[in-house]
Amino acid sequence: MAVTAPAGVTLAPQAKGADTEERLSVATQWQLMWWRFRKHHLAMVGGVVVIAFYLIVIFADFLAYAEPDASDANRGYTPPQVINWTLDGKFAPHVYYLRGERDAKTLKRVYTEDTKIRIPIEFFGRGYKYRLLGLFETDRHLLGVGEPILAPGASLAPVQSSGATLAAQLGLKLPVTTTAAAVAPAAPIKITPENSLFLIGTDQQGRDMWSRTIIATRISLTIGLVGVALSLVLGVVFGSISGFYGGMIDTVIQRVIEILRSIPTIPLWMGLAASIPREWSVEQVYFVITLIISLIGWTELARVVRGRFLSLREEDFVTAADLIGCSRARIIFVHMVPLILSHIIAATSLALPAMIVSETSLSFLGLGMRPPAISWGVLLQQAQNVQTVALSPWLLYPAVPVIIVILAFNFLGDGLRDAADPYGV
Amino acid sequence: MMAFLIRRIVLALITTLAVSMLSFLIIQLPPGDYITSYIAAQSASGSVVSEEEAQNLRKLYGLDQPHYVQYFRWLGQVVQGNFGQSMEWRRPVGEVIGDRLGLTMIVSLAALVFTWLLALPIGIYSAVRQYSIGDYIVTFIGFIGLAVPGFMIALLILYFGFKYFNLNVGGLFSLEYAQAPWSLGKAWDLAKHLPIPALILGLSGMAQGIRIMRANLLDELRKPYVMTARARGLHPAWVVLKYPVRVALNPFASTIGYTLPYIVSGSIIVSLVLSLPTVGPVLLKALVAQDMFLAGTIVLLLGCLTVVGTLLSDIILVLIDPRIRLEGK
Amino acid sequence: MTRMVAEDVARTGSGPAPLLTVRDLCTWYFSNEGVVHAVDGVNFDVHAGRTLGIVGESGCGKSVTARSILRIVEKPGRIVRGSIHLHPPAGQGEPRDLVQLREDGPEMRAIQGGDIALVFQEPMTSFSPVHTVGNQIIETIRLHDRSMTKALARDRAIEMLQMVGIPRAERRVDEFAYQLSGGLRQRAMIALALACNPRLLIADEPTTALDVTTQAQILELLKRLQAERGMAIMLITHNLGVIAEMADDVAVMYLGRVVEHAPVRELFRSPQHPYTRALLRSIPSLHVPPRQALATIEGTVPHPLNRPSGCPFHPRCEVAIAGTCESHVPDLLPIGTGPAPALVSCFLHHPFGDGARQETN
Repeated sequence: MAVTAPAGVTLAPQAKGADTEERLSVATQWQLMWWRFRKHHLAMVGGVVVIAFYLIVIFADFLAYAEPDASDANRGYTPPQVINWTLDGKFAPHVYYLRGERDAKTLKRVYTEDTKIRIPIEFFGRGYKYRLLGLFETDRHLLGVGEPILAPGASLAPVQSSGATLAAQLGLKLPVTTTAAAVAPAAPIKITPENSLFLIGTDQQGRDMWSRTIIATRISLTIGLVGVALSLVLGVVFGSISGFYGGMIDTVIQRVIEILRSIPTIPLWMGLAASIPREWSVEQVYFVITLIISLIGWTELARVVRGRFLSLREEDFVTAADLIGCSRARIIFVHMVPLILSHIIAATSLALPAMIVSETSLSFLGLGMRPPAISWGVLLQQAQNVQTVALSPWLLYPAVPVIIVILAFNFLGDGLRDAADPYGV
Repeated sequence: MMAFLIRRIVLALITTLAVSMLSFLIIQLPPGDYITSYIAAQSASGSVVSEEEAQNLRKLYGLDQPHYVQYFRWLGQVVQGNFGQSMEWRRPVGEVIGDRLGLTMIVSLAALVFTWLLALPIGIYSAVRQYSIGDYIVTFIGFIGLAVPGFMIALLILYFGFKYFNLNVGGLFSLEYAQAPWSLGKAWDLAKHLPIPALILGLSGMAQGIRIMRANLLDELRKPYVMTARARGLHPAWVVLKYPVRVALNPFASTIGYTLPYIVSGSIIVSLVLSLPTVGPVLLKALVAQDMFLAGTIVLLLGCLTVVGTLLSDIILVLIDPRIRLEGK
Repeated sequence: MTRMVAEDVARTGSGPAPLLTVRDLCTWYFSNEGVVHAVDGVNFDVHAGRTLGIVGESGCGKSVTARSILRIVEKPGRIVRGSIHLHPPAGQGEPRDLVQLREDGPEMRAIQGGDIALVFQEPMTSFSPVHTVGNQIIETIRLHDRSMTKALARDRAIEMLQMVGIPRAERRVDEFAYQLSGGLRQRAMIALALACNPRLLIADEPTTALDVTTQAQILELLKRLQAERGMAIMLITHNLGVIAEMADDVAVMYLGRVVEHAPVRELFRSPQHPYTRALLRSIPSLHVPPRQALATIEGTVPHPLNRPSGCPFHPRCEVAIAGTCESHVPDLLPIGTGPAPALVSCFLHHPFGDGARQETN
């Protein structure tokens, strides 16, 4: 009595028109993923932003304009500069030379524009020397400064009185030599990007925040990549072993993961990171920090991989591979890993921002990367004190790229995760 | 259910053991040992410790023994409540961190409670009103909460509080209570200061909770039993609360059980920014000064308290999940 | 013009006034990709004590029709047009148009589970996984009869479970759905649906998920309960065998429209619509000479977003009239005379120009 409508008349697949159906049925897995990913607008934006950030890593020196380590106590805490975009109605971006004075009462340095000294901003101007892509030596940067244009009566000679007047105001008696030296005519100041251009201000030592924030991408963004690569190896190896063999091995690995997940990570990292000897080089510290953060980071990846393996293990093709005599390792790495690759990629892009945050947090605490290394966390370390931040809020600027890049990675990862299962609904 | 509980408790014990080993590792990691530091400290104050004396001291403290023997000796002392001496503070470690550890747990628990209380209703709202403006706003805030590390949010709140309201949002006590002994007034003062740190600490856990609740509830809302319940004439709001929310509560709860370690982790660094009198700043100072007994003890105690907290929240979850409750009945 | 059809349709079936009249019902889904006309002008009547079988392939709008009647169409679906009149027992007020009632208002909720009840295809997922079977039955009883105490409702729940043939009902009442076997679960589902003495039971593929023996038992149960209680049943299925066994009248649906509506004997003896004919031809039969291929319907059901113009069946129809069928939609009109004539929506029977309407979508 169970007479059903014939099988040939089932509902057509979820596609518009016969052409689309045809296209869908012959598309590869990666094509399907791409089509699906493309529909996820936020993820597309995230992807573009992430690519842009890694381009910054590659061209960091070009995008910076001031030597990141060039310090000048007279330039400490320079606020972000006002850029004048036009001159006489024409596009001619320029800034005015800043003269710093120490306020007698607050002892804070106050900067005033010397409108008599106009400094044009040039594109592809000259600055410090670096190797582009590590190959060609050049001194061209995206931004540079041109020859200053002096109004009549202006001079590039340093203002002599500042130290002496301040001392006088404070009622101090300076040694005669100092005063004499200050009074002696000094050589005119040579205008360089380091002493005239401050897009987002300077830090305590007068180093340019813009250039340092750009250079910091190198460490901040690559430490995540290396860290994820390490966790990936750990995660895929343990996850696939756990998921493929199941049973006792699975239980042990799962318990280890559970233990790792239930320990607060930051104190642990802090403890491990604090034991890095002070005298180690930047490269050595970089490597150890990466190691430390990936020690914990692999658990989530292992969980994803295991989940997929558990479901794939039951598929017929695995049994078939087993029956024709493939080794366990071959089944795992040749037959199964390619199938869960998309999931691994998605999980990776979600693990990356966590790694970036870890490095930033550790460096912020002073236990991760340390000066002279430049990372976002190192830069933000200067913003730990509220009083300082209240007076020089631009010290918070390095937080902006951190937030943007983390959001972008999260959007990208979300989109990838949705696209990772192109046959799902 | 008993089997589940026993499994959980055994796992918690193993975790505690693992934490203790890691803490011991942290104490041992820096080059040199306690005696080296002691000698350095003594020579700084002018007295010289001879090599022979140093050897005797090492013997006295068992530092000439293999590491595992030292570990068990240390563990034995820790169990008795003897955490060693803080070199930096020149006081027993227990004394240094006593009060601060309590405050750390209070702040973390407040954040946990906050996470639960807000994530649940917001997650439900977000799923039931999928693609509404409210849903988009919540999703966006959720993304921020997930993506932006707590210490940055703390920095920003601190800055804006300072700049626009001339308000210091940091600290856990007002000036008059900071050094005062415990009293009702002090407790009330603490309660008034708790919300901001708790909010900052709970934000990422809350964001995660909202996402999980939303995703699971959306799945459940499409299940036939929701439609059958509506076809029986139940009010739609009641249908959602009684059935799918009840089901979606399980994955929500099991994920949120893992948030305590994150909160405790975050509290260390957020405390530093907001200058909260928790163990965070002490830990950082101890690590910078290589005061390893103090640092190791803090890591150990934080780990243990987190394990206990997670175990407790697990037990609560078991009590509300009939499927686990029925296991083995 | 459709209103005219409505008058005619009312003559289907036999005996007294119908319990439920559905007229020109249109339920559309407004998705990002376009508007899906899941139900697109459906007309039929359901009579007390009789069974109306609704048959069609998956995706033809059978289930959406059921949900529309109960007003539980999920987003982004919406009833855009038409009426669903529920007629009260003789002499007890005017018929009410369910389409006009507020979806989650008190009136509609009194009807849901009270006057009209639903049995789903999937008994496993139709029960909450975290509540006992009894909990859900008791809840429904007390919801529709406020005077019931918890204890009374529980007694009634056990009584219902016994009535549908569940052994040890007093223990089963406290079990979860996953603790019952498939057949028992569907019986419990029926008990749940009948808990408030509905006048109409909508059974949406009630036996699809069950094995053949259990199927027969459940169908027997439905027949027995109908005989005892005199309720109407709307049986939705794609299984022509079930239709032949259970239904008094049959409505054949294709792409959201009723293409033929006839008493069950007439439908099987002389199907009128080309689609119905094709469906019946594709039933495997013992009387066919050996080695003859099973007849199938050419082509596939078009994607819902890609509806053919004119008569929705014309691209697959062997006898389509060129120039007419692809551009005009035939109405559902009676053939022949008599008290209960069959209704067919086809230009073969009602040549174009005679009551046809211009293609609008």
